[in-house]
Amino acid sequence: MSTHYPAATGDQRTSRHTLCVLVDNEPGVLARISGMFSGRGYNIESLTVSETEHEKHLSRITICTAGTEAVIEQIKLQLERLVPVHGVTDLTVNGDAIERELALVKVVGQGDDRVEALRLAGAFGARTLDATRTSFIFELTGASEDVDRFIRLMTEVGLSEVSRTGVAAIGRGAKPMDAR
Amino acid sequence: MSETMTGAEMVIRALQDQGVDTLFGYPGGAVLPIYDAMFHQDKVKHVLVRHEQGAVHAAEGYARSTGKPGVVLVTSGPGATNAVTGLTDALMDSIPLVCITGQVPTHLIGSDAFQEADTVGITRHCTKHNYLVKRIEDLPRVMHEAFYVAQNGRPGPVVIDVPKDIQFAMGDYARPKENQHKSYRPQTKGDISKIRAAVELMAKAKKPVFYTGGGVINAGPEASRLLRELARLTGFPVTSTLMGLGAFPASDPQWLGMLGMHGSYEANLAMHGCDVMINLGARFDDRITGRIDAFSPNSRKIHVDIDASSINKNVKVDIGIVGDCREVLADMIAVWKEMKPELNAVALNDWKRQIDVWRARKSFSFENSKEVIKPQYAIERLYELTKGRDVYVTTEVGQHQMWAAQHFHFEEPNRWMTSGGLGTMGYGLPAAVGVQLAHPDALVIDIAGEASILMNMQEMSTAAQYRLPIKIFILNNEYMGMVRQWQELLHGGRYSESYSAALPDFVKLAEAYHAKGIRCSDPAKLDDAIREMIDYPGPVIFDCLVSKEENCFPMIPSGKAHNEMILPDFKGDTKTVIDAKGRELV
Repeated sequence: MSTHYPAATGDQRTSRHTLCVLVDNEPGVLARISGMFSGRGYNIESLTVSETEHEKHLSRITICTAGTEAVIEQIKLQLERLVPVHGVTDLTVNGDAIERELALVKVVGQGDDRVEALRLAGAFGARTLDATRTSFIFELTGASEDVDRFIRLMTEVGLSEVSRTGVAAIGRGAKPMDAR
Repeated sequence: MSETMTGAEMVIRALQDQGVDTLFGYPGGAVLPIYDAMFHQDKVKHVLVRHEQGAVHAAEGYARSTGKPGVVLVTSGPGATNAVTGLTDALMDSIPLVCITGQVPTHLIGSDAFQEADTVGITRHCTKHNYLVKRIEDLPRVMHEAFYVAQNGRPGPVVIDVPKDIQFAMGDYARPKENQHKSYRPQTKGDISKIRAAVELMAKAKKPVFYTGGGVINAGPEASRLLRELARLTGFPVTSTLMGLGAFPASDPQWLGMLGMHGSYEANLAMHGCDVMINLGARFDDRITGRIDAFSPNSRKIHVDIDASSINKNVKVDIGIVGDCREVLADMIAVWKEMKPELNAVALNDWKRQIDVWRARKSFSFENSKEVIKPQYAIERLYELTKGRDVYVTTEVGQHQMWAAQHFHFEEPNRWMTSGGLGTMGYGLPAAVGVQLAHPDALVIDIAGEASILMNMQEMSTAAQYRLPIKIFILNNEYMGMVRQWQELLHGGRYSESYSAALPDFVKLAEAYHAKGIRCSDPAKLDDAIREMIDYPGPVIFDCLVSKEENCFPMIPSGKAHNEMILPDFKGDTKTVIDAKGRELV
């Protein structure tokens, strides 16, 4: 369709990117970030935030997002123009980053399912944090795909509840992320 | 050296330290301590508006015409929410503002207290940045930082929300040595290797065009001077967006006129046919590009913008240079002079001849009349009769705004104040108030429509109170003209709710506001009436009765490209020029 507004982009390939955003830890900063995403129609697949440099009041936000290359580029530029943002690093573009997620998984069941759940947890290297005669709570840390697989398997043996932290990520090697 | 004082006193002191001379505001419960602190000083002059939206537009007019930030003071709740339209307008048009809002005391925040609103929440997306000051220790820093953030990088509005208990609290005030934000450092200097690449591209151009925008104005008068120098050096033609008018003199032979939806034929065709486009401080807005997939299909594009996120946002460019227009222009000129490029004189001459052919089409022409005043003629006469004076023009939004952009010509920057990005009806009158306060001896004209003017008519009272001799020149066609035009073009001439019924008698209304009212409907008497308006030493409302169903042409209809304009001599059926698909668009 010919339009006065830019034509909606067709089926362009989207890809998933992990962005690290260093921000001033001040009230409302998370609202600014998430509001920018909702206001401009971008996706957030996961978002984690915590203060990482206490003396400097800096927080690090890790955002997993998906979009076309042009959209990802806009997201980075729009993040960078927010006043409390010190810097944005695209770990997906830089390549070779470590991404980890923590999941707490509650499994309820008895009999064979219970034995199988414990066996699978062992195979995945999950820790057992809590156990009753009818339930377990496992803690698993790993790449998102591993967590996904673990949860998929657990659905067959009595999965009851999941809590995931979202991705925390960091680039490999000696080089720190760029930030102003 | 610090001094102990109340938060309210800090607010006023910080404004004084920032050199603020004018403050636009409206008092209320949550800002009374600040108004009290203001009472004891005379460095900062407070201008009492009649509605908070008017305060923000007045501050915008002040800012655009001086290059200094505009400052606003409003109360909590409705005071802040009334300011939202003005803040959004300033955000869209990159106008530096600092807006101080009162807030309920910190212990009542979140309790739905009287006149409480989540001001930082509401204004987060219509400001460049905002602050809620919950500790008196933070107030001096935030006050100064706000001015830094508003003016540096891409300018914009900044809100400081100050709870009432913080205004009463005692604290130490010292002006920070640097106003800077601790980490916000926008890039102003362009990447020199990209500037070189840009100049090389320009040197080889056969069909170049400068496409300039509000960024050149925002970069200060020096940027406009540098633009003129670069244009002279290169000989390239120059067009501008609505926001950039005045950066390049309209009398210059290289000037193509404004581009875009209601821009000139020569400007739009030059954009469509160029081989090198140099975008200086414009943002490829949809009013400019028209159909994006047909926008300037064969050009290499250079884009200079202080906001990195503007580059490649709407239109993919070949060379994107992040930086302030003034600095980048200075570097471009230096590189150009050092390279001393040999231009393709034959091709450039052909291009010039081609542009002259387009220019000869006289796309801003109109059929004049002896019986009724044509709106274009009214602007033309207004321009001619005010030429050579110290003139500033503001506008409302609609047909009159486009006719003003087409027929009123500007030689200097900061002379033209209009709501471009947001398109805010009701902008022009309060903006004129702000401009006149900044330039007491200048001739300030708000070119208005009869519908827009009613949106902030209450500000006539402000003009009267401060004896501001602003001239409100209403092109009265008894329609929301642009809405009517679109209904004619897009909706079969069904003029749903676009007739300005039950209009006030503008002459009597002027008199009610202690101003002079003038009405004119005869083209033969127009000049004398305009002279009467100019010569009157106080505010005037000029009710210029114009032909009712005039369309604003040329126009790039919805869904069309730059080379598919409707020209003023269009003789076809206006009700069928836009197809069903085009109708879905804005």
